[in-house]
This record gives sequence, C-alpha cells and structure tokens, in this order.
Amino acid sequence: MAQNPIQSTAATRTQRVVAVSRQRTDTWARRVFFVITILPIGLIAGVLIGLLYRAWPILQQYPLTDLLFGVDWKPSEGRFGFYSFIVGTVWVTVVGVGLAIPPCILVAIYLAEYAGARTRLLAKPILDVLAAIPPVVYGVWGLLVVVPLVETVLGPWAQHLLGFWGLFAVQQPTGFSVLAGGIVLAIMITPLIIAVVFEIFNTVPVDLRNASLAVGATRWETIQRVLLPQVMPGIIAAIVLGASRAFGETIAVLMVVGNIAQVPHSLFDAAYPLPALIANNYGDMMSIPLYDAALLCAALILLVIILLFNILATVVLKRFVK
Amino acid sequence: MSAHIDVTNLNVFYGKQQALTNVSIAIPRQQITVIMGPSGCGKTTLLKSFNRFLELTDGTTITGAVHVDGQNIYAGDVDVTAVRKRVGLLAQRPTPLPMSIYDNVCYGMQIHQMRTNNADYVAAVQHYLELAGLWDEVKNRLHEPATSLSIGQQQRLCLARGLAVEPEVILGDEPTSALDPISSQHIEKRLLELKNQYTTVIVTHTLRQAKRLADYVIFMYMGEVVEAGVARELFTNPQQERTRQYLEGVF
Repeated sequence: MAQNPIQSTAATRTQRVVAVSRQRTDTWARRVFFVITILPIGLIAGVLIGLLYRAWPILQQYPLTDLLFGVDWKPSEGRFGFYSFIVGTVWVTVVGVGLAIPPCILVAIYLAEYAGARTRLLAKPILDVLAAIPPVVYGVWGLLVVVPLVETVLGPWAQHLLGFWGLFAVQQPTGFSVLAGGIVLAIMITPLIIAVVFEIFNTVPVDLRNASLAVGATRWETIQRVLLPQVMPGIIAAIVLGASRAFGETIAVLMVVGNIAQVPHSLFDAAYPLPALIANNYGDMMSIPLYDAALLCAALILLVIILLFNILATVVLKRFVK
Repeated sequence: MSAHIDVTNLNVFYGKQQALTNVSIAIPRQQITVIMGPSGCGKTTLLKSFNRFLELTDGTTITGAVHVDGQNIYAGDVDVTAVRKRVGLLAQRPTPLPMSIYDNVCYGMQIHQMRTNNADYVAAVQHYLELAGLWDEVKNRLHEPATSLSIGQQQRLCLARGLAVEPEVILGDEPTSALDPISSQHIEKRLLELKNQYTTVIVTHTLRQAKRLADYVIFMYMGEVVEAGVARELFTNPQQERTRQYLEGVF
C-alpha cells in the first residue's frame, strides 16, 4: 500500500520535532540532576573555606605545628595548643568504637543467621527505638548511671587488677572519664552498626549458606569459613560509619567525659574532645583576642580529621575488595 | 530390591499450607530414582526431606519418619550434620563457595577432618575432581577462584565437593536446569557412571531427562505420590490415569 508522499513528509517532520524536544528534556534532566548531585560536594567545600577564612587570623599568627602539637590551652595568655583536644577526640572515639564492634557483630550474626523470624521481628523495632533516643537523653543516662559505675565499680576494680598498667591506672577517681564517654558512645552507635552489619549478612545469597550446610557444616562453621570472609569489607564499612558518627558526637560525650584540657594517659583520665570544646565555649568568648578564630580552627581540625579518616577508609576498603 | 531410604507417613506443612500428604515410599539402593511431576507437586520438598533441609525454612512442620539405612533421621538424638554428610545435595544452581577450586573440594573434608595430612588432601582433591570429570580442565588452575569456572564446570565442581565427604546418597534438585545442553549431558553422564556406587535421587521436570536417567520413578501430584515403580514399566504401562495423562503431556 503506497503512502501519500505529502502526508508522509509532514509526519516525518512532526516526528523530528518531537524527537528534538524529547532530547532537550533529557539534556535538561541530566543538567538538573548533575547540579543537585554536586551540591553536597560544594557544601563541604563551602564549609571548609568558611572555617578556613574565620580561622585564618590564628593560623597566620602561630605555626601549624604549634597549634596541632601544643599542649597548653590558655586562651587568656594567648596559648592555643589543640593537642590534648585532638588526642581526647581520638581516645573517646577509639574506646567507643572498640567497645561497640564486638558485641554488635555478634548480635548481627545472631539476628541474621540464628534467630527465627519472630525474634527478628521483635528485635528490629527495639533497635530502631534505641537509634531514635536523643543524644541528650543518653548524656543524662550516662551522668546518672555510667559515671557512678565507672567511679565506684570499674575504676577500683581496674586499679586493683590492672593498676600497674598505665592504661588502666586511676589517677582521677571521679568517674568523668574517657571510659565513661566511650561507653556512652558505644551504646549510641550500637543500633547503627548492628543494622548495617545485619543488612550486609542479608546480602549473602541463601544458596551459599545451603552449599556449606549441604556437606554437613554447622551454622558456625558456615559463618566462619564462608560468610565472614565474604562480608568483611562490609563490616569495615560499618565500622567506618560508626566511627564517623562517634567522632562528631558532642552533647552526650560532653556530659560525661570531664572536659579537662589535658592529654589523657589512662581510660580513667578525663578528656576534652574537640566537639565538646566548641560547644562549651562558642558564644561566650568574652573579649579574648583570637578566641573566636581558635574555636573555628578546632572545628576545622575536626572536619579535616573526619575527612581524612573517611578517605583512608575508602582506600583500605578498595584494597580489601580487590 | 533393598530400600536405602524408607519414607513412612511423611507430612510436611509450610505454615498452614500442606506440601506433602501421607507420603510413604521406598528408594532402592544404588540406582537412579527420578521424582517427577508438575511444578508445585512437592517433589523438591520430598527430596529435601532426605537431608533435613526443610527445617531451614521458618515455620516448617514435619511429621512421620524418614529412615536412611534403617536410622530415622528425624529422631531426636540424630546429629543433623552427620545426616547431611551421608546424604549429599547437588543444588539447582551451581553454588561454588567463594574460595579456590581446590578449597571448594577440600571444604567438607576439612570440616569432618577426614584426612590427616596435606598430601592426602591433595590426592583426595584429584580423585574427586576426576570422579566429577573436571580434573583435566582444572588441574593447572586449582588455586584460582572457583567463580572463574564456567557454569557447567561449576556444577561439576559442586558434584566433586559433595562426593568428597563420601556420602551414600546423592540428591539432585533439578541439577541441570540452569545449564546449557552440553553441560547437562556432562552431568547426566557422571550421574550414570556413579550410580553403581551411590544411591541417587533426582528431581526433574523434563520427562526426557527422566527417561534417560531413571531406573525407578516416583510420580507426584498435589503433594501426594500417585504412582511409583520400575522405570521401564511405569513409562510403558502406567497404572494410574493421572500418570498416563502426565506422560502424554496433558498437563
């Protein structure tokens, strides 16, 4: 059947117009999505530049090594050493993550591999509630329970058993300590880590478990030999996520950690992490010169630590997956 | 004919849904038994009752008994890992473990500590890879990841891994359904070669495969065994109307 040539040309033209307009919509969609995607990157850059700008006066006046490795913190005398705050941040985070990881992995393994559907159904909302408790409530709980526990039970006990070892020596028996901060942090990041590790275990195909069980392996042998090697990169990612959260956690830690500007040498020493320093002092800076710049410098250092940590973790993870 | 697996009054429920109803059947020793029937008839459920895989699904209820060599594998004091060592399973899809070819074959042997020194393991790996007809293709790459093999090779590797723990029974859950025709032939050939040493039970939904492999046939429909018997007789002269219809391709 022959087509009317005129009609056909018209039809082709209409088609072409439609095609061009569809392409244009697609191009625009791509541009809009691109802009939205780079927005967070711009935000990070913006925050970095902003902090750098406000911290500039102090960075100009003191060498970077003095700021990072100076131990003295006496703003009224013009001495701004961040070392004890940086070390305090790292201590509290390491203790918190270190306490949280082993039980979290075990709980996640139990829920993913052993628990029946009913237990799982019950545990999930409880963990979600745990994640929803505001940090300040954790702080109050830490103040009422964890600090006295460290003061009256854990401290004397550690001093008695392991006191010869500096890490466990009790010099400041108040309970306000790295350990108290670490315990509160550990409990705060627990739901997050459990949820992530649980999901990672769920990504392993059931067939793989069955292949192992079919030759007569027990659940535990299957977990050890087949599942754990498989999910290890994911577990590292979960630890990184927990640590990133822990680095920045402010209020709950601030309430139990003692806030003394000193380099802690024992789990029972008080510490003063960077976020606590900023939160405690920003806003009432009297008229000490450079105080404002010093606190924003502290924020900058915290941000850089977290960024470096995440970059490092990404690199390690890439190696591992390969 | 001496029965190797003896099923008496087996009922299986998934939640409230009944999957098997009063199944009583005897599986002959050192022959290939094929379980066939339309999809959803319970043939895989019956197969997986032989190595206690059903209980891996939440909410499964099992009543009745399955005797393997006279031992009721559902008795309270039975070690389930010992049952699964005796009754191996070749899954529908090849599932190499995420380790090397060598370690895949070694996996079960190591778990059951079946050898004492490394040389014995090396020899055993070669033996079972030969038995599965894979040795010549992989002998120079034993320490490469098992996932680098083709799908057909992976399934033969899984066969070797299963054989390595020295089972008495091999179960096959549509073991060729994910494979290309050539690889399927490989597997069928292996099963026919091995049938004098092992009791083999295969689930299949292709009638032609059933006819190629079966010495003994179980035909199931709606969770019940309709008819069971020696393959030649059942295929040429079915006693039940349903079996005849199935063989003629009515459903």
